[in-house]
Amino acid sequence: MIGLIAATLRVATPLIFGTLGELFSERAGILNLGIEGIMLLGAFVGFATTYSTGSLWLGVLAACIVGIMAGLLMAIMTVYFGVNQHVSGLGITLFCTGLAYYAFRVIFGTPANPPQIQPFMQTEFLADVNILGPILRQYPLTYYAMLLVPVVWWVLYRTNFGLNIRAVGENPEAADAAGINVYRVRTISLMIAGGFMGVGGAFLTLSTLGFFTFDIIAGRGWVCIALVIFANWNPIRVLWGAFIFGGVSALQLRLQLTGINLPYELFLALPYVVTIIALTIANRNAAYPAALLKPYKRE
Amino acid sequence: MNAVQMLNITKKFGDLVANDNVNFDLRKGEIHALLGENGAGKTTLMRILYGLYRADSGEIWINDQPVQINSPRDAINNGVGMVTQHFTLVPPLSVAENIVLGAVKGFTLNPKEIEKSVAEASEEYGITVKPSALVRHLSVGERQRVEILKALYRRANVLIMDEPTAVLVPQEVDGLFNSLKQLVEKGLSVIFISHKLNEVMAICDRVTVLRGGRLVGTVERAGTSEKDLAVMMVGRETFGVERQGIKETGDPVLTVDHLSLTDEQGIDKLKDITLEVRHGEVLGVAGVSGNGQAELVKVLTGLQKPTNGQIILNAIDIAGASPSAITIAGMGRTPEDRHAGVVGELTVEENLALESLEIYLNRGVLDRKKIRKQAIEMIADYNIKASPEDKVRTLSGGNMQKVVMARSLSRNPSCVLAAQPTRGLDVGATEYVRGKLLEQRDRGAGVLLISEDLEEIMELADRIAVIYEGRIMGVIPAAEATEESLGLMMAGVTEHN
Repeated sequence: MIGLIAATLRVATPLIFGTLGELFSERAGILNLGIEGIMLLGAFVGFATTYSTGSLWLGVLAACIVGIMAGLLMAIMTVYFGVNQHVSGLGITLFCTGLAYYAFRVIFGTPANPPQIQPFMQTEFLADVNILGPILRQYPLTYYAMLLVPVVWWVLYRTNFGLNIRAVGENPEAADAAGINVYRVRTISLMIAGGFMGVGGAFLTLSTLGFFTFDIIAGRGWVCIALVIFANWNPIRVLWGAFIFGGVSALQLRLQLTGINLPYELFLALPYVVTIIALTIANRNAAYPAALLKPYKRE
Repeated sequence: MNAVQMLNITKKFGDLVANDNVNFDLRKGEIHALLGENGAGKTTLMRILYGLYRADSGEIWINDQPVQINSPRDAINNGVGMVTQHFTLVPPLSVAENIVLGAVKGFTLNPKEIEKSVAEASEEYGITVKPSALVRHLSVGERQRVEILKALYRRANVLIMDEPTAVLVPQEVDGLFNSLKQLVEKGLSVIFISHKLNEVMAICDRVTVLRGGRLVGTVERAGTSEKDLAVMMVGRETFGVERQGIKETGDPVLTVDHLSLTDEQGIDKLKDITLEVRHGEVLGVAGVSGNGQAELVKVLTGLQKPTNGQIILNAIDIAGASPSAITIAGMGRTPEDRHAGVVGELTVEENLALESLEIYLNRGVLDRKKIRKQAIEMIADYNIKASPEDKVRTLSGGNMQKVVMARSLSRNPSCVLAAQPTRGLDVGATEYVRGKLLEQRDRGAGVLLISEDLEEIMELADRIAVIYEGRIMGVIPAAEATEESLGLMMAGVTEHN
């Protein structure tokens, strides 16, 4: 049981980063379907940076920066040119995915064994605390993810900038008439969002795996988009959504090991099925940001 | 001393000249009306002053200094505030959050502190608001107060009010006027955009009249009269439609019996509505916007199924029937949003044929020649300024409305449903549309006129029903109705049985 909780937190970490990023972007009125690609690019850039510099934290930083750049690109398309958000988001995903593949081939060629780095170690400093020790034995980024949840809540609800974000996501005309630069607020939100997504992707290469594969994200970006809806755009509820998905993922691994005679694909599908069910139940009263998907242009 | 001067302002939208070399000045401490019909360019001029549009040419002076206003932020910094017709509030945010939005410095935001500061401002200016309430829970009148306080909180000393009374019931209007008078005593200058002469005469010091984007003139209120202003506004002595005396009305053509509608959230939108429209009469349904009018139209035209009740049209129960079945049963519809009544990408002739495709069918294929022939006739009959091949989206609002009416009236419906038929139309088109409705009445059709324009209702209707929060507050003969009695019913204060 303790092991299961610990694993849940591990699996939830990249989802928390990704979902908080998507939440930022959607609260500002932009659906960022680029998340899947930005996470993959973050995973790759983080890995490649650490591979060449040997520094894990430099890898995290590089993933964050490349995510911010991707967010800026999304902002240029959707905020300044008013391009359809579905199209530009999917475009970003295709572009970032292609870029990651291409760069991998250029840098590493086609090795028989994937290049490896030494990933983050799990923290030991709290490992001796009686029964909670194994739960608290986590990667540093997991701690940061947990910390980020209240921070995002605070920014959204207790800062001026957060008020501006909520206003431009609900009624950009009102924000504009109140003297807020809608374009700038949306752009900054998308850049912050991209940074979170990049780090979320990098967690997978830099913490859990230690190498990069092309299917490393495996739809986690899309799950994040579902979790934002599940969370009803509330950062605190993001945590519960990520825990449900993480918990079922951790559980299905253990179920596979029990030797029940079922095709393993069924177990793999379980977290996604549970997400769909949870989403269906939670989505009844979803309070979408009113300006989501609507480009803003002053007449 | 001038608070604002606008010199030779010109603004074009494509081919349309919205403001043509307009001059306007506002003295300190006055209420200055900007009067004109819909489309006269009043709002455009003020949106330029507030930085929402940029003028193509012209100058703006504030406090006798030339200024550049490129965005609302510039306007706010120059002490100009605007309460637009469609409120610019963020409904899920609190009153305090809406008011401080973009107006406070610093990084953090403490809800208690902003609520306190808004409460102080509310006290200072004598405008009552509840700082912690969410805007989406407020009534229209309350939202308007939030908008005014929002402008004052930003230290506005010039306040632009764009048709502030359009959304209010008469009693709320009095409250607004009192607030404005008090604020002017404290040194505020107010620009009051309106097309209602009585309001302008009631509170303004001077009046500037615009017509067709041009300045007609500026006059002192003391030296003018409603009649003079009307002449300036429309450019001729008489206006309004000629109305025949009330005729003998016949049997009911449309009977709405205990109709109710509950939406998905379980909110009652229509509550036990009972109405009767007789042959040869206009039944007006008056009410403030958003009191169930849109839902009533949807149910009557088959776009929504009622929860309960019957709708009898020519002895057939059409409750829950499809829109085409209702059309065939004898209903002619002019929907609330004329853009929803036409298909913009289709041509005028295609739109004209759309509701009666069955008569143009020849062995399953549309007879384009017949469509063209009919279209040419209808275009001539209804004075539509367009050719049969023009795409409808290129037409002006008035011509689009004529297409909608030509299509439904050409079927000679026994019941004509007209929802907000003249909203946003210029005077000529408005007169035309109203004339057509009366023509239908005289032909013996029953006309159900649903309108938020009280003057229109009083001018056209033979009997007037008032709708408030989805309920019919009463039905009274037009001859007995006064603006005051209707206003009280529209506000839900009195009922008439």
